[in-house]
Amino acid sequence: MTAAIQQAQNTEDLVFYVRDEEHHAEGSSTALGFWIYLMSDCLIFAILFAIYGVLGGNYAAGPGPQDLFDLELVAINTAMLLFSSITYGFAMLAAEKNRQGATLAWLAVTGLFGLAFLGIELFEFHHLIEMGATPQRSAFLSSFFVLVGTHGLHVTFGIIWLVTLMAQVKMRGLIPANRRRLMCLSMFWHFLDVIWIGVFTFVYLMGMLR
Amino acid sequence: MPETSPLIQAIFGRLTFESIPLHEPILIGTFAVVALGGMALLYLLYRYRLWGYLWREWFTTVDHKKIGIMYMVLGIIMLLRGFADAIMMRIQQSIAFNGSEGYLNAHHYDQIFTAHGVIMIFFVAMPLVTGLMNYIVPLQIGARDVSFPFLNNFSFWMTAGGAVVVMMSLFIGEFAQTGWLAYPPLSGISYSPGVGVDYYIWALQVAGVGTTLSGINLLVTIVKMRAPGMTMMKMPVFTWTSLCTNVLIVATFPVLTAVLVLLSLDRYVGTNFFTNDLGGNPMMYVNLIWIWGHPEVYILILPAFGIFSEVVSTFSGKRLFGYTSMVYATVVITILSYLVWLHHFFTMGSGASVNSFFGITTMIISIPTGAKIFNWLFTMYRGRIRFELPMMWTVAFMLTFVIGGMTGVLLAVPPADFVLHNSLFLVAHFHNVIIGGVLFGLFAGINYWWPKAFGFKLDTFWGTLSFWFWVVGFWVAFTPLYVLGLMGVTRRLRTFEDPSLQIWFIIAGIGAFIIALGIATFIIQMAVSIWRREALREHTGDPWNGRTLEWATSSPPPVYNFAFTPVIHDNDAWSDMKKRGYKRPLEGFRAIHMPSNTGTGVFLSALSVACAFGLIWYMWWLAALSFLGIITVAIAHTFNYQRDFYIPANEVVRTEDARSQLMNGGR
Repeated sequence: MTAAIQQAQNTEDLVFYVRDEEHHAEGSSTALGFWIYLMSDCLIFAILFAIYGVLGGNYAAGPGPQDLFDLELVAINTAMLLFSSITYGFAMLAAEKNRQGATLAWLAVTGLFGLAFLGIELFEFHHLIEMGATPQRSAFLSSFFVLVGTHGLHVTFGIIWLVTLMAQVKMRGLIPANRRRLMCLSMFWHFLDVIWIGVFTFVYLMGMLR
Repeated sequence: MPETSPLIQAIFGRLTFESIPLHEPILIGTFAVVALGGMALLYLLYRYRLWGYLWREWFTTVDHKKIGIMYMVLGIIMLLRGFADAIMMRIQQSIAFNGSEGYLNAHHYDQIFTAHGVIMIFFVAMPLVTGLMNYIVPLQIGARDVSFPFLNNFSFWMTAGGAVVVMMSLFIGEFAQTGWLAYPPLSGISYSPGVGVDYYIWALQVAGVGTTLSGINLLVTIVKMRAPGMTMMKMPVFTWTSLCTNVLIVATFPVLTAVLVLLSLDRYVGTNFFTNDLGGNPMMYVNLIWIWGHPEVYILILPAFGIFSEVVSTFSGKRLFGYTSMVYATVVITILSYLVWLHHFFTMGSGASVNSFFGITTMIISIPTGAKIFNWLFTMYRGRIRFELPMMWTVAFMLTFVIGGMTGVLLAVPPADFVLHNSLFLVAHFHNVIIGGVLFGLFAGINYWWPKAFGFKLDTFWGTLSFWFWVVGFWVAFTPLYVLGLMGVTRRLRTFEDPSLQIWFIIAGIGAFIIALGIATFIIQMAVSIWRREALREHTGDPWNGRTLEWATSSPPPVYNFAFTPVIHDNDAWSDMKKRGYKRPLEGFRAIHMPSNTGTGVFLSALSVACAFGLIWYMWWLAALSFLGIITVAIAHTFNYQRDFYIPANEVVRTEDARSQLMNGGR
């Protein structure tokens, strides 16, 4: 009897639904979703690194890293990408302070550094292919071109996204939706930087030691 | 080969009139049937002016429930195609003895066994599993929708786009003749110069985008959108298994994407990843594809385990036995599924130590799986069991799956595998776990949740018939394959020398026909239920005395799922609410914030199919144009900032009042 009463009292306090929606901030899941996407993309790079790890020594009597890589050029290239990450950081700081003009300017600088990176990479590829070191020549070159090229393709899409986003910031200002997008692209851009550091170390530096 | 002008070649690539398989009477017949059926369907749509309705209410919808149903429809349609392939193989193998070539030539037969595997895994099992997760998970966690509703619509259409690419290969050109995983060097350009492997690659790539994105979406939904009070260890088991499945999807499908990109580069550009010369290594492909492929089978079976858990506890009228151990078993299976891939090719010759490692990890998986079986049995023990259809499927699963599991452990022993590798014993084993596990689970789930989705139960007479045809048919069809496998018969053979084997193949063929009856009666079951829906209708929203949150709302649920966000106090939330005298709120409704429909997903998917078609046939202009189209549409979509709307409060009031009236009027 007492147990039943107690249970009834307990029931009184229990809430089975909330009338006031706890306001799910719009896009509150976006950051997590984008992180997970980045990790799945990271897995694609992991596979390409693994392929390079296994096939990277198979020169098939063709040229190897020491015959091909120009570390000075790659160092300049790496600097371009690292600078672009820093300038993206400045863009985010400007956005934080609500300074739309500065944000756009830093984004533009970031895009230019990105283009410089791509330009140098394409120059390097062109140079290699002219020397006969084509992706078809050996498994080493196949895995080199695809690993570095996939990264380059990501940078290309990053730049397309950057330009789109600049237009959107210009049109609508630093509204929450655009801030969210800026944050996602920022994660994407820095992610590509991290991948590049892997490429630089694993492919170029260690390749020279091979 | 007649000379073609460069202009024609630039426009049509390698597509010529010879690509249309006019010399295959079976395909012509199929095409006639499909074309007539398609035209009849189009006529009906036109006649009843359903285009606008379909477009507005279904194709462009972002409602996770409708998308879930569309996934199920896709899966069931593709099941018919996949099964047609199966029964053709069974007929061929049961007559191709004593010098007879059977009725299928090698070119056709090889496409059929490849298409059967690809379709059954990617376009039957995956859509059906994803469809159920899509429909049920947001309801079980008390959410209004998934985290990214547009992405959900887009994912569905990409999966459907992949299915369209596979279906096109039936009538334009050919499909791969390589087996369902397309191992190089056979799938390389020198041994498979035709379009078959390209159809395979691009169908999987298009569908893979959808699967990966839907994995991310459901994962974030489960992590972020749970109703207040639902801690991780209070989530329903189906939600838990869905969570683990989506973790696996996100963590494995990129591997498939990458490895298929590399294979296509070998084929299109002439790189040397998986070739035999210039330093390529075909075994790299085999390793990588199984790093995706093994977790894939757990992607399929885990949600089925979740369904069985829900069904067993509901129909035993008891809380699930060992909830915590069930969750940990699921997580352990998720992790272990990454550590076993090499058991698919012990014969590669990795040496004794590598093989023992993978043999042992494989055997260890049977421990958490066994724990699950015991948990279900203990849930039934001293329960008040109701043998409704979902429960019958569950019991059949437990009996069937245990056998399949044991033959799996047998195959996990490397020395035994050297004998049984690529034999029909293996074929029997994985059909035993996929049909006995995944498919039985899906049927349990369909019978269990159908009333939730449509507001009326499925007919039990036809359902029971379908059940018995399937279960008996499965055993008649696959026991002979175990026997044949032990006798050393390898898989994918078209003709046989030894006449003493024929009787087993005939028995297996009879089994396939019994399964055909199972499929037919399943479709009749749905048709009869829709026909008799008024008699089968139920108004409570809770026809089985359910235990989890999806049974708290009406059947079918309103677009917004729950008028007020529920608060959870117990694992079996709805059971707990009923026990403690929960009263449905009847007033004070507010406007509800919802995402708007969009057609972008349909356009992107159509462009992807066009791009795939261009790449398959070397119609470069088509590929380039449609790729540009994809980029343009995607960018244009991001300029749309108005993606949501409010359902006005008075409309919510109307919906909820209608439900109150139904509940008072019915039962």
